[in-house]
Amino acid sequence: MSNDPMHQFKIEPIIEGRQIGIIDTTFTNSSLWMVLTVIAIVAFLALTARKKLIPGRMQSVGELSYEFVADMVRSSIGPEAMKFFPFVFTLFFFVLFSNILGMNPYGFTTTSHLAVTIALGLFTVGMVVVVGIMKHGLGFFKLFAPAGLPLPMYLIIIPIEIISFLSRPLSLAVRLFANMLAGHVMLKVFAIFIAFLVGKGGIMAAGAIVPILGTTAIIALEFLVAFLQAFVFAILACVYLNDAFHVEH
Amino acid sequence: MEAEAAKYIGAGLAATALIGAGIGIGNVFSSYLAGALRNPSAADSQRTNLLLGFALCEATGLFGLVIAFIILFA
Repeated sequence: MSNDPMHQFKIEPIIEGRQIGIIDTTFTNSSLWMVLTVIAIVAFLALTARKKLIPGRMQSVGELSYEFVADMVRSSIGPEAMKFFPFVFTLFFFVLFSNILGMNPYGFTTTSHLAVTIALGLFTVGMVVVVGIMKHGLGFFKLFAPAGLPLPMYLIIIPIEIISFLSRPLSLAVRLFANMLAGHVMLKVFAIFIAFLVGKGGIMAAGAIVPILGTTAIIALEFLVAFLQAFVFAILACVYLNDAFHVEH
Repeated sequence: MEAEAAKYIGAGLAATALIGAGIGIGNVFSSYLAGALRNPSAADSQRTNLLLGFALCEATGLFGLVIAFIILFA
């Protein structure tokens, strides 16, 4: 067991693959946990998708999760955006389940790697651009020039708007990645502190009860953060998609 | 000064981003509570915005943390 708090984020190959062009087909522990995430989501949906008129406990969970995401899409974009509901639902559940699976002992958090989160972020913002241009043509670029400003202001506002738009995938990705990374590092640091105190023995070992309680509290907080970050990722995807739907705000 | 020492000082300075995040998170919740106590019936409808504000705020502090990690490990 390594005492390094960063050790848990190490990517190790499980099945060696080959290099095909720029794609490396090695199956790593990160890929394994992504596959497990997808299996968990499919199992969750298979268990909760029932068709009874009066929902049982399992069906209620399924309906709640559907309503939760559908409400998010409806309230932040509008009913016409429901064709993007599957996208937001997938995004929300993928992030949520990878965060929660990563909280398990010996688990690996796929979302604690910038490569994974930035792929999600770039895809989201790229889709906003494509949808915006498909819906409004070149009118989509009015997004960068809000109406009703005095003319000289546009010289400042347009660059600012463009920079803020371009930083969206980065901020989406870094927010999720940093939250997961910070949470897991903090847990590991506290855990190492417990092991250190217990190793000292005597009165020091009795003092280990304080970091144990602290770690328990932090684990509860981390579950909240796992949900909250998935929620924030999904709702920001909705807010950005809203720009593609309603260019004139 | 040795480069290694400067690295650690830099990482420590980058962590001061959490000052701003702390003030921000406090501000988000205090404003929400103040508003919710004045108009409790509107409190539930603003919970989404509360969580959004909290997460956006917390993320700014964590950007500082990422900078610290970049300085330390990159």
